[in-house]
Amino acid sequence: MKWVDYESPESVEGVIELLTDSSGHCKIMAGGTDALVQLRVGRSDADVIVDIKKIPELMEIKFDSSTGLTLGAAVPCHQIYENTAIQNVFPGLVDSTSLIGGTQIQGRASVGGNLCNAAPSADAIPILIAYEVTCLIAGPEGRRSVAVEDFCTGPGKNILGKNEILASLHFPLPEKNSGACYLRFIPRNEMDIAVAGVGVKVVVENDTFKSARVALASVAPTPLFVREAGEILTGQSVNDANINEAARIAKSAAKPITDMRGTAEYRKHLCEVLTRRSLQTAIARARGDQS
Amino acid sequence: MPSKTRVVTTINGEETEFLCEPRQSLLECLRDVLGLTGTKEGCNDGNCGACTVMLDGRIVTSCLVLGVEAQGSQIITVEGIAAGQELDPLQQAFLEGAALQCGICTPGFLVAAKALLDREPNPSEERIRFWLANNLCRCTGYDKIIRSIQKVAADRQEANT
Ligand SMILES: Cc1cc2nc3c(=O)[nH]c(=O)nc-3n(C[C@H](O)[C@H](O)[C@H](O)COP(=O)(O)OP(=O)(O)OC[C@H]3O[C@@H](n4cnc5c(N)ncnc54)[C@H](O)[C@@H]3O)c2cc1C
Ligand code: FES
Ligand code: FES
Repeated sequence: MKWVDYESPESVEGVIELLTDSSGHCKIMAGGTDALVQLRVGRSDADVIVDIKKIPELMEIKFDSSTGLTLGAAVPCHQIYENTAIQNVFPGLVDSTSLIGGTQIQGRASVGGNLCNAAPSADAIPILIAYEVTCLIAGPEGRRSVAVEDFCTGPGKNILGKNEILASLHFPLPEKNSGACYLRFIPRNEMDIAVAGVGVKVVVENDTFKSARVALASVAPTPLFVREAGEILTGQSVNDANINEAARIAKSAAKPITDMRGTAEYRKHLCEVLTRRSLQTAIARARGDQS
Repeated sequence: MPSKTRVVTTINGEETEFLCEPRQSLLECLRDVLGLTGTKEGCNDGNCGACTVMLDGRIVTSCLVLGVEAQGSQIITVEGIAAGQELDPLQQAFLEGAALQCGICTPGFLVAAKALLDREPNPSEERIRFWLANNLCRCTGYDKIIRSIQKVAADRQEANT
């Protein structure tokens, strides 16, 4: 079997240098729950595995009550959903990180890895879009940032250039009276790939939507931001008719394929149902109901 | 060929050293290099949980961890669960409750269940089932596993009152 090296640099600059100078193919590894499987089955190839978990910036959860949350790209799911500030302020992120894999996978899998892996079914991405996350990217030319809805460019493809890595994700502080939620449908209760998933965030004031964002998983080549579904709610009263209308827009925006997990028609139906339900939960959370 | 990496780690309380190739999984290192064959290989891709070990206080599937990542860490395998000749209450309960048939999944279930009870002494049935979602069993139908874990939790509660 081919020899593969292992490196674990301790700074972002160290990784970039390694990527830039290496003559062989480097495979970045955060939790490794996608990367190691891909290497093992030959779906990707590497001369060097570059472990990024020794880099403090990438392993840090930094919450600031005025600016929001900066989440290191390699922080594992369990640290995210066990963090009190995240539990209080970003319940939608708790939803998504506590349903990726099972306990063992959550001990390793990161949100950054989920995003970089860019699976259409990735469970962490819709809620990042709903929360208006900005991706902070580091590369040989320095740092740049992109909106998370522009990060994935195709199945398994992302916007990162050669020698660039995702350093962290910035979540702006949600407005007052806001709530968010991620729901997915799988045929079992856990440990399966989403047939469809919906992440939403709403801001509700005096029974009126101040704003809303809706994003879908597993129904397009990339996670799908459905801007219109949120925009139609803005300024409207919080009632079933309006929620149902947003859900219908999400359904018609979905461009799913038929595969062994479900037909296109079934997936579109799921988008409607899950959008409605996730909006209802997000609204309840915005109103301060704990659920 | 480049040289293997020397890894120094603590396994079941004992400082341990081994040599491995960087690409080798922790599971391969435990079984093939160190001869700790209690930890089982089922799927080798993170789904079945047979290879579950504790790594620095968290359960992980050791097939999705590199051996070199164990450098300086604390690992508990199924071999470290019993206190000498005395079985852990979970092991005893699995035996008495017929919570295993072929036994391939058992080490993973034991390590995962012990991690749960160490954190949460009295979990609900639902909590136990979700916690163990990453552990598959083809033989028992799970109920006997869940009941055995509940029994240990209940016995502990009783002993504490
Ligand atoms: C049993 C099992 C169950 C799973 N269940 C789910 C599930 O329910 N939902 C779900 O969405 N996924 C699931 N997954 C897939 C996987 O666990 C997730 O996608 C996870 O979030 C990946 O994170 P990671 O840290 O392990 O990434 P890694 O495997 O380390 O990396 C993933 C990819 O991104 C690249 N990468 C990672 N970090 C960076 C970075 N900072 N910069 C640049 N590139 C980077 C890597 O090179 C690799 O290509 C499951 C996997 C397994 C094995
Ligand atoms: S062998 Fe590791 S999870 Fe199946
Ligand atoms: S006892 Fe055979 S797989 Fe569980």
